[in-house]
Amino acid sequence: MLIEDEPNIAEAIRFLLTRDGWQVTALADGGVAEQAVRQDRPDLVILDLMLPGRSGLEILMALRADPALSGLPVMMLTAKGQGRDREAAERAGADLFMAKPFANAEFVAAARSLVGL
Amino acid sequence: MNRRGPVFLARRSYRMRRLRDGARLLPVAGTFLLLLPILWQPAATEARDTAFDGIYIFAVWAGLIIVAAILSRALGTGEEAEAPAGREDDEGLTP
Amino acid sequence: MPFNLLVLACLTYVAFLFAIAFAVERRAQAGAAGWLRSPWIYTLSLSIYCTAWTFYGAVGYAARSGLEFVTIYLGPTLMFIGWWWVLRKLVRIGRQQRVTSIADMISSRYGKSNLLGVIVTLICVVAATPYIALQLQSVTLSFGVFAAAGSYGWVMPDTASTGLWVASGLALFTILFGTRNLDANEQHTGIVIAIAVEAVVKLVALVAVGIFVVWFIADGPADIVTRINASPIADWELVPTRWAGLIALSATAVITLPRMFQVLVVENSDERNLATASWAFPLYLAAMSVFVVPIAVVGLQMLPAGANPDLFVLTVPLSVGQGGLAMLAFLGGFSSATSMVIVASIALATMVSNHIVMPVWLSLRPTREVTGDVRRLVLNARRFSIAGVLGLGYLYYSFSGGSASLASIGLISFVGVAQMMPAMLGGLFWRGATRVGAAAGLITGFVLWAYTLFLPSFGPDSVFSLSVLMDGPLGLSWLRPQALFGARGMDPLIHALFWSLVGNTTAFALGSLFSFPSPVERVQGLAFVNVFDTERSEPQAWDQGLIDTEELLKLAQRILGDEPALTFFQQATQEQGTDGYLPDPTPAFLEALERKLAGAVGAAAAHAMIAELAGRARVTVADLIRVADETAQIMENSSRLEHQRAELERTARQLREANEKLTQISIQKDAFLSQISHELRTPMTSIRAFSEILMEGDVPPEMAVTQARIIHEEAIRLTRLLDDLLDLSVLENGTVQLDLRLVSLTELIDRALRAAGQVRPDQTFVIWRDLPTEALFIRTDPDRLAQVFINLVSNARKYCDARQPEIRIAVKQRGARVIVDFIDNGSGIPKDKQHIIFEKFARLTDQTRAGGAGLGLAICREIMANLGGSITYLPAQGGAAFRVTLPLRLEKPKYSDAA
Repeated sequence: MLIEDEPNIAEAIRFLLTRDGWQVTALADGGVAEQAVRQDRPDLVILDLMLPGRSGLEILMALRADPALSGLPVMMLTAKGQGRDREAAERAGADLFMAKPFANAEFVAAARSLVGL
Repeated sequence: MNRRGPVFLARRSYRMRRLRDGARLLPVAGTFLLLLPILWQPAATEARDTAFDGIYIFAVWAGLIIVAAILSRALGTGEEAEAPAGREDDEGLTP
Repeated sequence: MPFNLLVLACLTYVAFLFAIAFAVERRAQAGAAGWLRSPWIYTLSLSIYCTAWTFYGAVGYAARSGLEFVTIYLGPTLMFIGWWWVLRKLVRIGRQQRVTSIADMISSRYGKSNLLGVIVTLICVVAATPYIALQLQSVTLSFGVFAAAGSYGWVMPDTASTGLWVASGLALFTILFGTRNLDANEQHTGIVIAIAVEAVVKLVALVAVGIFVVWFIADGPADIVTRINASPIADWELVPTRWAGLIALSATAVITLPRMFQVLVVENSDERNLATASWAFPLYLAAMSVFVVPIAVVGLQMLPAGANPDLFVLTVPLSVGQGGLAMLAFLGGFSSATSMVIVASIALATMVSNHIVMPVWLSLRPTREVTGDVRRLVLNARRFSIAGVLGLGYLYYSFSGGSASLASIGLISFVGVAQMMPAMLGGLFWRGATRVGAAAGLITGFVLWAYTLFLPSFGPDSVFSLSVLMDGPLGLSWLRPQALFGARGMDPLIHALFWSLVGNTTAFALGSLFSFPSPVERVQGLAFVNVFDTERSEPQAWDQGLIDTEELLKLAQRILGDEPALTFFQQATQEQGTDGYLPDPTPAFLEALERKLAGAVGAAAAHAMIAELAGRARVTVADLIRVADETAQIMENSSRLEHQRAELERTARQLREANEKLTQISIQKDAFLSQISHELRTPMTSIRAFSEILMEGDVPPEMAVTQARIIHEEAIRLTRLLDDLLDLSVLENGTVQLDLRLVSLTELIDRALRAAGQVRPDQTFVIWRDLPTEALFIRTDPDRLAQVFINLVSNARKYCDARQPEIRIAVKQRGARVIVDFIDNGSGIPKDKQHIIFEKFARLTDQTRAGGAGLGLAICREIMANLGGSITYLPAQGGAAFRVTLPLRLEKPKYSDAA
């Protein structure tokens, strides 16, 4: 599941992952993300840090607070790329942190490694 | 608040200030005059002078009242008595 | 004279006084009371200093101790002719602080401490008790005189029950008189007049007896002098300590006696009256005293040896068959007693209800609401206090057996109330005097007074056993109540005065030196000590901490109209040295606003409205009347100190605001790189991802087209961002090239609306314009100005959250300047954000991402500065509102070269 508000970036990621054989659900709004994750139970969540409605960090913390979802692999995306954001994301329980822009191959490899493929 | 006044004041303001000095001095003078009988006491052994003491005290009393009346009229009339009332405590300030 | 007739005379007299008081209050309410404020009435009301003690007791005093009685009147004389020193200050403070009693005064001086109020109240009640007992005793004795002969067919029942009747009668009289209504400022016009009448009656009565004695019994003044020198009075010896001590004591008592404070300070209606009283009151005292010795001498000669000299004023006329004169003298004495009891018990009741009953009630009450029944409560508290005070007086009277001579009882009270002097004078002249010091001094003085004078006054074996009096408690002889620390040779009264005041002053001084005053105390101390320096200070300030200026602006707009209110607020802000439309609610501003509003709706309503906004929760009818009453405006004076404090507070607040702003800006600067990084990386991400995909070359052609388009779009977005940044940097450096032309404002606005229409094209906006006012040709840089307009309209379109969004564009010409307002009907910008919206990258929330980088308004601000105008946020317009101000004709060099 992909949660990203920039439509063009979402489009790019969807294209990359679909081509690699993933099934991608994309959401643009942070407010509904948590509910969607609970319903769909995806194999991987890709979260943008800055989202309308609710920030990526908040969503991540909410997910990690739920024991049923605590094992779910989460990849954080950010355009800020500062150390502080990285630390915050790791503290909140992100499995991987990826700065924009990224190399496509690297991104797909990271997504694969998170679900153990 | 450093409104230092001129060295020479108008005659009227100068008079007014001396009147206030007078008003301050009057009770001091009165106290002295009214305590004066204490000093007479050793001399008054046999002489029956209570009436004189009384006359003296009432005379001083009357004198104080008259002076106070004159002072209060001078201080208490005219607009100047009201307006500068707040300033007079410092000598250097212009009313 | 039959007893019934005597009682009838008393009742008639009381009814007469009551009628006068009633009529006067009626006239005062009707507004025809100019003469009530005359200095003569004031002087006569001060005569309650002369109680029954003077009327009867002075003669007895003279018969026992010669001329010493006169010290009791010389002290006040000195105090009054020296009014410029103390009384003037006292009265001024009393009026400025709206003091209601001496307890209120002292508590107010020391930081409005109720503890001190309670202490002073207790001292006053205890000290006044013997005094009231004295009045009961004298009235009872005077009744007794008429009954004593038995020749009138009536025998006095007994003194105790007469005392009870007198006490009850006086209590009833005072309750009827003094608590009919509750005066806001504790002034009792009717009572003051009644007291003035009584003052005349007692003076006339005493002088009449005096004249009778001098010219009808004796053969004129010369004969009196002979008789004096022949009488036992001539053997009188002046005791220096008593002479000086009693003058000082009575000078003190004349301002610290609760009843004297009441008439002198609380009931004072005009400060100038004091100037007249400064000599007229000593004159009254001299007139009351001048016949005392003649009456005493003649009484001693004419009446049998056992006759009570305290009653010569009555018995001398009676002994020569002058029943009418005796009756007049009786009424004089009655007047003296009643006026003293009325005023004293009113003063004490005010203190008890204000400092004891009300605080207790307020703390016991469950809610903080104050409703109408408080008045009833206060009145009842006062009624009970009056009854209680008189009851105490009666108890003292019956307990002490009424045996002591009148003069000595009165002096006990004098020493008691003198304990308030150090705290009061110290408070008036010494800024370092503190609450702790005052409390320590008062308590020390009070305890010493009780121990050395008050308790022993009950006589041996009543409170102190004889052995305690003779050998000291537990045999400690240095603790003997009347010879403390071995001070054996002193007169008991002077001994008590000396030790109590020494202890009091020492404790006061040490307590003050070693304690630290609270802020309120220091403020009040300054206000009291420097009361004359605050003459032209600003009127009473509202508590500005509670005022929301935006609310004030809304109020002003409602009353004055939008534009005048905005102009007024803007001017006020500029005068305060800042800009915008929300000035600090300084006292000066609030007062000016109040005056401005008063012009429209009347002073009272304006005051009430501001009071409501200023958080003065209760605006009573009395408040409204007070404001309407011009004379009361004087009372609204506050000290300059208050003003300075407000000034300081304001500066501190401005500093705090500046600091907050700096912190916020610094956080923003800190975020600047992060922001730039974010804004650049976001398009870059798409570009990189899609270009890598395209490079792989296995994408179907139609998809490749889409992806290339995305790359193109994002590249444009990047360019725009860089353009904005460059634009801003150029504008900020003032190196911008302006292209000045004459353009139609209407056209510019049209262009802006067209261009901004692309933002949220799905939304329908209602645009309100007034085309005739827009018909202006201005000389400016049209592209730059259009950029500002486009930005403002786009912002409105982006952020206006109303369901039926509207944008109103209002144009006004003010001299050489043009004002263009853009107002939408959304929820506006929160007050705490209003001053940061023009900063770079200031977006209201991280979540509100409507495409821009948060540079729009910052650019607008820079553009307007370059165009010689300004852009500000207009608060309180019912939505987000921006005001663009620009010159009608911009001349080139002035601004293009700026910075």
